[in-house]
Amino acid sequence: MKPAPFHYEKPASLDAVFSLLDKHGDNARILAGGQSLLATLNMRLSAPDLLIDITGLDTLRGIAVDGGFLRIGALTTHAEVKGSADVAMHAPLLAQVMPFIAHPAIRNRGTFGGSLAHADPAAELPACMLALDAEMEIAGASGKRSVRAADFFRGLYETDLKPGEVLISVAIPVLSAGYRSGFSEFSRRSGDFAMAGLAAHAKFENGVLSDVRLAYCGVDIRAVRAAAAERVLDGKPLNANLLDEAKARLADDLDPPDDLQASGKMKIHLSQVLLGRVLSAMSSASEA
Amino acid sequence: MDREISLTVNGESVTARVAPRKSLVDFLRETLGLTGSHVGCEHGVCGACTVRVGGEIVRGCLTLAVQADGAVVETVEGVSDSGEIAALQAAFLERNALQCGFCTPGILLTATALLKENPAPSREEIREYLSGNYCRCTGYQAIVDAVETAAETIRGGGR
Ligand SMILES: Cc1cc2nc3c(=O)[nH]c(=O)nc-3n(C[C@H](O)[C@H](O)[C@H](O)COP(=O)(O)OP(=O)(O)OC[C@H]3O[C@@H](n4cnc5c(N)ncnc54)[C@H](O)[C@@H]3O)c2cc1C
Ligand code: FES
Ligand code: FES
Repeated sequence: MKPAPFHYEKPASLDAVFSLLDKHGDNARILAGGQSLLATLNMRLSAPDLLIDITGLDTLRGIAVDGGFLRIGALTTHAEVKGSADVAMHAPLLAQVMPFIAHPAIRNRGTFGGSLAHADPAAELPACMLALDAEMEIAGASGKRSVRAADFFRGLYETDLKPGEVLISVAIPVLSAGYRSGFSEFSRRSGDFAMAGLAAHAKFENGVLSDVRLAYCGVDIRAVRAAAAERVLDGKPLNANLLDEAKARLADDLDPPDDLQASGKMKIHLSQVLLGRVLSAMSSASEA
Repeated sequence: MDREISLTVNGESVTARVAPRKSLVDFLRETLGLTGSHVGCEHGVCGACTVRVGGEIVRGCLTLAVQADGAVVETVEGVSDSGEIAALQAAFLERNALQCGFCTPGILLTATALLKENPAPSREEIREYLSGNYCRCTGYQAIVDAVETAAETIRGGGR
């Protein structure tokens, strides 16, 4: 279908974005890569009066390492993240996850910040942000603030962004010595959103895991940590028994609703399989 | 409400007034008469609308014409006339990689991007790269065959 008519503005500064958002309130939507927004407009799931195209704001673009953080601008495309040597070195989880996100033509336009602001429950990046304990950097007319990933993703397509605010960048602690990460997912077709996906991050020392962070996508209304399974794994040598115990605890951590792709029970099963696969890939990776 | 845009399409400068809601692929097809790019699902899933903006493949249905202001846009007509996709076109013919041809322009542009990144892709890599381009008739086997054949031709020095 074609979208309902709308007005279009492409402001040259963040201040101009804030004043447009202030003036038009709920009737305006921010347009970044458009790879989610334009699809929903074409399907007439929403019909804003005004699109505010932020892609002219070059300060929101790019990847930099500074003071122990990898900072990714909100407008950095998935393709740019995928191709970045800094990302591969300092946040290898993101390099691992990128091939799972959509397709090359969509990765060329879809943005890192757009994916996080959209907060699709099956999207991979929110789970990665939880696993990496990233901070979302947000700006509004009254100034800037930062929110930890754990407090940012609040519900179904719902984040901590307030009306009038823009996600400007994400700060990710650079990979510390001994840490490893892994990602895998199940989807019906390559490039689809995940039926269940797992982003894992942990310290590996002589076969013992610590600081374990397991974040799932596709199994709840938002990306979620699996705290009980994390506790099982923490501080103990990884072996088949421990893994079985952790898998069993996932049933306490996760309560996936049935959806068109799979029943909740099936998703628990897939989540358990993912835990085994991702941890075994991580433990067999060469010492970092 | 219409906005004026200026862009380069297949090497020619174009200036036009467009409604903000007009997608790039509709603009190319309806305003410029370049009907080689097709419109299937209109929500990013099928890849029939694939065009190049600034040298990169994008979904023409998920890009607004107004967003292409100042951009360099190329369609299957452009890359066909320039000879850039000649080896792929010959291989698609040779390997019977199309039937109705609806998906073909998008697949040619996507395969061109693949071969630029990776001149010797495995069959698995070809399938993965083309996974966002749906064909409803040929069966992907022949399409993968054709991309493999074209890759060999290009590596052998042909276009
Ligand atoms: C066929 C298809 C398959 C896909 N598969 C996947 C997949 O497997 N995994 C996945 O994660 N994604 C997938 N996507 C979605 C893709 O990753 C999108 O690019 C992404 O979700 C949204 O980013 P965007 O830049 O395109 O945002 P837009 O579509 O422009 O915006 C999305 C929403 O976020 C808001 N927004 C955008 N940027 C900001 C900002 N900086 N501050 C505040 N609000 C903002 C917009 O107002 C809008 O509400 C797929 C898309 C398609 C069409
Ligand atoms: S028409 Fe654009 S992807 Fe289907
Ligand atoms: S040849 Fe008919 S859709 Fe591909």
